Amino acid sequence: MSNGPLEIKAISGHSGPVPGYNVSRDYDVCKLVDTTTCIGCKACEVACLEWNGYEFRETTFDNTYQTMPDTAWNFWNLIRFNEHENEDGTISWLMRKDQCMHCEDPGCLAACPADGAIVQYKNGIVDFNQANCIGCQYCVTGCPFNIPKFNAATKKVYKCTLCSDRVGAGLEPACIKACPTGCLHFGSKDDMKALAQKRADQLIANTSYKDAGVYDPEGVGGTHVIYVLHDAKNPEKYGGLPADPRVPLMVRLWKGPLKWLGGMGMIFGVLGVFMHRVKYGPKHVDRVEEKRP
Amino acid sequence: MSGGAIVRPSVAVPEEQVVRYTFPERVNHWVNGIAYTYLLATGLALFTPHMYWLAAVLGGGPTIRFWHPWMGLVFMISIFWMHLKWKDDMVTTGEDRTWQKHLKDYVENRDDKMPPQHRFNAGQKQFWWIMLYGSLILLATGIVMWFPEKMPPNLHWVLPIVVFIHSATALVTIAGFLVHVYMSVFVTPGSMKAMLDGNVSTDWARTHHRLWYEKITGRRK
Repeated sequence: MSNGPLEIKAISGHSGPVPGYNVSRDYDVCKLVDTTTCIGCKACEVACLEWNGYEFRETTFDNTYQTMPDTAWNFWNLIRFNEHENEDGTISWLMRKDQCMHCEDPGCLAACPADGAIVQYKNGIVDFNQANCIGCQYCVTGCPFNIPKFNAATKKVYKCTLCSDRVGAGLEPACIKACPTGCLHFGSKDDMKALAQKRADQLIANTSYKDAGVYDPEGVGGTHVIYVLHDAKNPEKYGGLPADPRVPLMVRLWKGPLKWLGGMGMIFGVLGVFMHRVKYGPKHVDRVEEKRP
Repeated sequence: MSGGAIVRPSVAVPEEQVVRYTFPERVNHWVNGIAYTYLLATGLALFTPHMYWLAAVLGGGPTIRFWHPWMGLVFMISIFWMHLKWKDDMVTTGEDRTWQKHLKDYVENRDDKMPPQHRFNAGQKQFWWIMLYGSLILLATGIVMWFPEKMPPNLHWVLPIVVFIHSATALVTIAGFLVHVYMSVFVTPGSMKAMLDGNVSTDWARTHHRLWYEKITGRRK
């Protein structure tokens, strides 16, 4: 099977030039999570473990419908549960599938010092290559979503791959495959955004969720995992989804001006002391003997 | 031989020597210097992709990530011991302020204009305090960077600040280190011998550290 984008070669029953000939659609992939239709069944959690070959971890029961407190190096996909009390006293059960957001401007990649440990594909997937990972966890420093997780035994960091191995073979991610309600969708970014907006508009028109909307944060250049939220104005209540995620300013300064200044400083410092030596030479020791007549 | 006789330079009389650094001081200084050099090389590998080749030279990325913090501890123990030994000699004095005013003369080797100095001159003292306080900052930030996995997620916001401070502080110490190594190797002949053999000639001591020379020899000239 060809993994390349579809390109029209011929069309049937058509006279004259073929419309769309030699035009290919090279699209970014995107996962759409509709939190309004998620029932918290955790089929995606199991599918993720199965496809990626991990044993099910020990779960932590804390009187909620959440499997464990946080994602882990071998548990990349977690349905976050929040029993949210609304202003009118009613209660909402908010379920959000938490995993790597596959940012267009990934903070992990900006912060990573290891050559080739983090790879961003043109289709939008941000993938960790553990063979090159050195375990410094600068990616943790750069990530605004708290996604990369460290394995103390292998000293490597792991996270959701957006099933890059499946997507590369023309398949959809394992979690999408397992979802029974159809709250998970996978396709091109444009299609998913349109679908998400359609769903949000539907909610605004037909339900009381007047603040329904799409979560595709600008601060990280948009993400390749997007959400439909009942209340897009308060994403934090969905298990701490940040309202305005950004690559931390200090990471930008560290990897931008400081790196530049430091490099220039060292180069010109070495040149400077060399020129000093050439111009002024070494210091001389006054000898007592020389002063004697 | 008739005519022009060959004039032999007179055989050098061994110069009078004084002890500048004791054996433990010298060993500790080299432990410190070698540790710093390793930290510098591995730190730069992690600081910029242009220097990541140093990681390969020093055993690979995972290896330097493992050893950088441990070598940092060696460096810290060494510099704290150094502090115990040298702190009295590092106190800023009135002569240092005069020296500071004549910094340009010192840089341009007009050493006759410099005020007499104690065991360490004002520049060495400044370098010392930069390295000591820099080390404390590098230690505090370095411990956090050693075990980021121990940090609860709600405190992850401090990590970028910590990493930035660690890198910026390291760059300041690199500036000091560069001048320190340059001065000892290229500018002040005899100082490398002092750190290797432990002694300097009395002429050297009198030229560069007059007050120290007078103190240890009891001489006035």
